[in-house]
Amino acid sequence: MARRVSNRRRWFFTILAWGVALAIFFPILWTILTSFKSEADAIASPPKFLFFDWTTENYAEVQERSPYLRHFLNSVIISVGSTLLGLLIAIPSAWSMAFQPGKRTKDLLMWMLSTKMMPAAGVLIPMYLLFRSWGLLDTRLGITVVLMLINLPIIIWMLYTYFREIPSEILEAARMDGASLKNEIVHVLTPMAVPGIASTLLLNVILAWNEAFWTLNLTTSKAAPLTTFIASYSSPEGLFYAKLSAASTMAIAPILILGWFSQKQLVRGLTFGAVK
Amino acid sequence: MATKHQKTLARFMVAPSVLLLLGWMIVPLAITLWFSFQSYNLLSPGMERFIGLTNYKYFLSDPAFWQAMANTLMIVGGVLAITVIGGVVLALLLDQPIRGQGIVRILMIAPFFIMPTVSALVWKNMFMNPVNGLFAWLAKAVGAQPIDFLAQYPLMSIILIVAWQWLPFATLILLTALQSLDSEQMEAAEMDGAGAWAKFTHLVLPHLSRAITVVILIETIFLLSVFAEILVTTNGGPGYASTNLTYLVYSQALLQYDVGGASAGGIVAVILANIVAIFLMRMIGKTLE
Repeated sequence: MARRVSNRRRWFFTILAWGVALAIFFPILWTILTSFKSEADAIASPPKFLFFDWTTENYAEVQERSPYLRHFLNSVIISVGSTLLGLLIAIPSAWSMAFQPGKRTKDLLMWMLSTKMMPAAGVLIPMYLLFRSWGLLDTRLGITVVLMLINLPIIIWMLYTYFREIPSEILEAARMDGASLKNEIVHVLTPMAVPGIASTLLLNVILAWNEAFWTLNLTTSKAAPLTTFIASYSSPEGLFYAKLSAASTMAIAPILILGWFSQKQLVRGLTFGAVK
Repeated sequence: MATKHQKTLARFMVAPSVLLLLGWMIVPLAITLWFSFQSYNLLSPGMERFIGLTNYKYFLSDPAFWQAMANTLMIVGGVLAITVIGGVVLALLLDQPIRGQGIVRILMIAPFFIMPTVSALVWKNMFMNPVNGLFAWLAKAVGAQPIDFLAQYPLMSIILIVAWQWLPFATLILLTALQSLDSEQMEAAEMDGAGAWAKFTHLVLPHLSRAITVVILIETIFLLSVFAEILVTTNGGPGYASTNLTYLVYSQALLQYDVGGASAGGIVAVILANIVAIFLMRMIGKTLE
């Protein structure tokens, strides 16, 4: 239903919305711009917005200061690994809760969500000491398992809300036709479940990539993902704005792009299907 | 309909996640509880002994604890207020006929994808720094004295940084909810001569209540344990001015090595979170059914 809109009104809101959006985005834009400046230009007063000598040397220096690629790889392994592991455990659970709901399924789901509410501070100390005695501190395996556990409730919930929307009549029809459980899963369920699984995967990779409590506390160097690597810039030496910006730009670029693709699923996924 | 065989299978498929989550919840929590009754400092190994509730007595009578408690609630409350009110306003704005709405949305959602350590460091250095930050330059440009945000207003600065990260989230969810509002209802209200404010309070706001509830629930989960933003900006200071419960437990355990005291703090944090959770679950249970 198209409402007639006066041109003036349209321009007013367009300019206002663009202004607000640019203001909100500005810190990111500023970081990206600064990453191409020399350190002297980065703190120039008045600030230089576009007219400075563009350089890429900060990106090279960041790699020299600390093996950036290793931290990047750690981030990829930890976020993708924990999500895949989580999916492996969550898919059967969510599948059976969506298609064979019992009397207690709702309670069980609520309980799972409530585990998310346990503050990390309550379990930090035993986890730290256990990890220390098991030799898991600063290992990719250790942090991957922890991130899998903290995101598991979200993964289950998201999958559950997606699976629940698959009409069960289709499954029944397949059963009537004599499809075995295996065939039912491979030929009927999987194709319908793939979109839901894909958006769950995407969102949880983003969440795990940006997780900054357990990564900061359980990793230091060898297994450190980008969150921990960037935190090392909090005690700087000398001029470092341009290098900080270069490191930051590289840390956020991949996930920003993934995030923009996942915009639509984001709302649905993070509100557990309550807002669509 | 389901056969006995299928039911067993269903239980079997749910079991791994239930067991894992149960183990993840109960084992470390039980150890924390056990430590909280011990005198246990990592600097003096072998001296552990049972001391009953002494750790709790010290922790609860420590002024740092009450400050951390107040700061925790301030962060949750402050960020929620900014993001929910700001989110409603921005969602209403984005719902207007705008040119290039897709790009505007992309720009606005971006902060949500930025890792906390990056956003905190960028704000701390490039914006709030009293010498080289953009805010300092702006202040000087209009002839004012630059403000050292993180030293003078540490908690407010952290609330602003965290709110910047969560405002896009609230906006996006509220916008999605807004777009499902029945336009015929709005037109009917217009025909009846309802003003903009009446439409907002009687139609839009009730329609958004469910989405607002969800935003509050999810943000609270994450805001109760804000950590990285504090670690890389103020380290909880000056004094305890920007220390929340999570940061207090961290500093007591991993900086002062007082495992017993920190464990008592951890248990207190769990109790606080449970109170908030019960409250929220009631709310969400009412709205989502």
